[in-house]
Amino acid sequence: MTDTAAEAEDAPEGRAAATGAAPGNPAPVAATGAPVIRTRGLTKRYRGGQLAVDGLDLTVPAGSVFGFLGPNGSGKTTTIRMLMGLIDPTSGTAEVLGRPMPEAARTVLPEVGALIEGPALYGFLNGRDNLLRYDRADPTADPRTRRARVDEALARVGLAAASGKKAKAYSLGMKQRLGLAAALLRPRRLLVLDEPTNGLDPQGMREIRLLVRELAAEGTTVFLSSHLLDEIEQVCTHAAVMARGRLIVQGPVADLAASARGRLAVTTPDPGAAARILKEHGLTGLSTDGDRLTADAPPAAVDLADLNASLVGGGVRVRFFGVERGSLEDAFVALTGEGFDVAG
Amino acid sequence: MSRAEKSQAERARPGDPRGIRHPLWTLGLLRSEITTLLRRHRTYALLAVLAAVPVLIGIAVRIETGGGGGGGEGGPDGGAGPAFLAQVTNNGFFLVFAALAATLPVFLPMAVGVVAGDAIAGEANSGTLRYLLVAPAGRTRLLLVKYASVLVFCLVATLVVAVSALAVGALLFPVGDVTTISGTRIGFGEGLVRAALTALVVAVSLAGFAAIGLFVSTLTGSGIGAMAATVGLLITVQILDSIPQLSGVHPYLFAHYWMSFADVLREPVYWDDLSKNFQLQGLYVAVFGSAAWARFTAKDITA
Repeated sequence: MTDTAAEAEDAPEGRAAATGAAPGNPAPVAATGAPVIRTRGLTKRYRGGQLAVDGLDLTVPAGSVFGFLGPNGSGKTTTIRMLMGLIDPTSGTAEVLGRPMPEAARTVLPEVGALIEGPALYGFLNGRDNLLRYDRADPTADPRTRRARVDEALARVGLAAASGKKAKAYSLGMKQRLGLAAALLRPRRLLVLDEPTNGLDPQGMREIRLLVRELAAEGTTVFLSSHLLDEIEQVCTHAAVMARGRLIVQGPVADLAASARGRLAVTTPDPGAAARILKEHGLTGLSTDGDRLTADAPPAAVDLADLNASLVGGGVRVRFFGVERGSLEDAFVALTGEGFDVAG
Repeated sequence: MSRAEKSQAERARPGDPRGIRHPLWTLGLLRSEITTLLRRHRTYALLAVLAAVPVLIGIAVRIETGGGGGGGEGGPDGGAGPAFLAQVTNNGFFLVFAALAATLPVFLPMAVGVVAGDAIAGEANSGTLRYLLVAPAGRTRLLLVKYASVLVFCLVATLVVAVSALAVGALLFPVGDVTTISGTRIGFGEGLVRAALTALVVAVSLAGFAAIGLFVSTLTGSGIGAMAATVGLLITVQILDSIPQLSGVHPYLFAHYWMSFADVLREPVYWDDLSKNFQLQGLYVAVFGSAAWARFTAKDITA
């Protein structure tokens, strides 16, 4: 299974991996069961009057890898903190694993591993002792298997060799791995990972994606927040997009990306002529970048072959012609009418 | 038994909606808390300062008296409070009381204020608090464990002063039978029991202040700020306690009966002020403990 995941990872185009993620895994838990997270009208207004989260209705299906997207400051972390019982909502309800939060925190949280706003460690303790301390704080953790579970978690994130080093000597990436290890101290039903690839190098990011797929294949629901669209597209089966405290859209990643209209792309040494001909055929949103010309994809009724024939018939030398699939970023721009990192 | 435990442990694995709680886990958390506290360099720095105070007093007294056992038998000094220094040259045992009397007004509570003030605020500051709470340690339990570990530190700090004083006293001065404040003589063994009891009384005297420190610690996300506020409060109270015009409020100041620990050295032990001290400490623990609980359990953890 790791192999299929690795193959998907190695696929030349990231988007192929995104579609590969779901079918590549045997998906032991269908993403159709009772939702693992469900919020109704969840709202948080801070004492300063700032509305951080506004009437959130979020549903995370069991067994999904759920991408929680939004620019910095859009309310993602506040939402996660409410789900984890760290912050009381101003109004609305949140259910995690079918039980209300924060009331049921004591029974819910042992089954939830969390990485919230980056790792936090005791600098004067070594990596292993940090994990031992967090495990001791869990009332349901078995003290007799503690050392074995800590070692297993360290090995899983690739920190076994550095476990004796003081945490203050760790690099940002190592701290991030140790934070992940703390979330993996026990088998979990839900993993909440807030920006898990922060501070990691490309190799580290790859490893995290592999890990997420592995965990998802084991049946763990993974709730992954990120401001990196690529990351979400590559590993997530479902996604939700937040902006300015509101939920803009949620659903399967494939649907979201499909909802964005693709772009027709033409590469030609004669972009001027090509633009004129495409305009004559009623295409909109034309833009030229050197010898590359793009336009909003034509409606399904238009046969692309005819379009290409008119270009060639008009004396345009075509090097490349085709429709590029909509990406999540296109979907986001279409939904919010702005660039992804504008609201930051 | 072990089989039952095993199946219990297996049931505690995720998949079961109700994780089985391991009965002694709170003790495990307390042990983790205390070992974590004792692995900080800061803790050792505080204890080292406390241990140094008896050494300084001992050497100063030794130099002052020219190394002889000269000074006259310090008469029992009932009313004006204990001035144990005079007796130290005759009996090194009294250095324990002299050192406790010297450290109790400022040094001991300052060390406790640092540890108590940092208890919650320090974890919030480093972000570890959110991970302890999602573990989930439970807010009430975490607060209780934190308070218990601060009390343990009170006892350890007091014992460090007492043991250091006893060692220095035995090294620099003769030791022998103990003359109580009431003028009677008790054996050295009995004296040691009284010294241990005194250390315990001093540690309990700090319980109220520790509760204040813990409460302050729940108010802020800055460990340094909480420590500074707690120690500032201590100094303010000590000043108020020394202004005669404010004698009306003195009985309610947590530091007012601290020096009553000397009454342990009376024969028989004079309990009046001691029990007033204990009641006052109990009151402070109840009030500020509840305040800390109310604050901490309702607080948004945004750090």
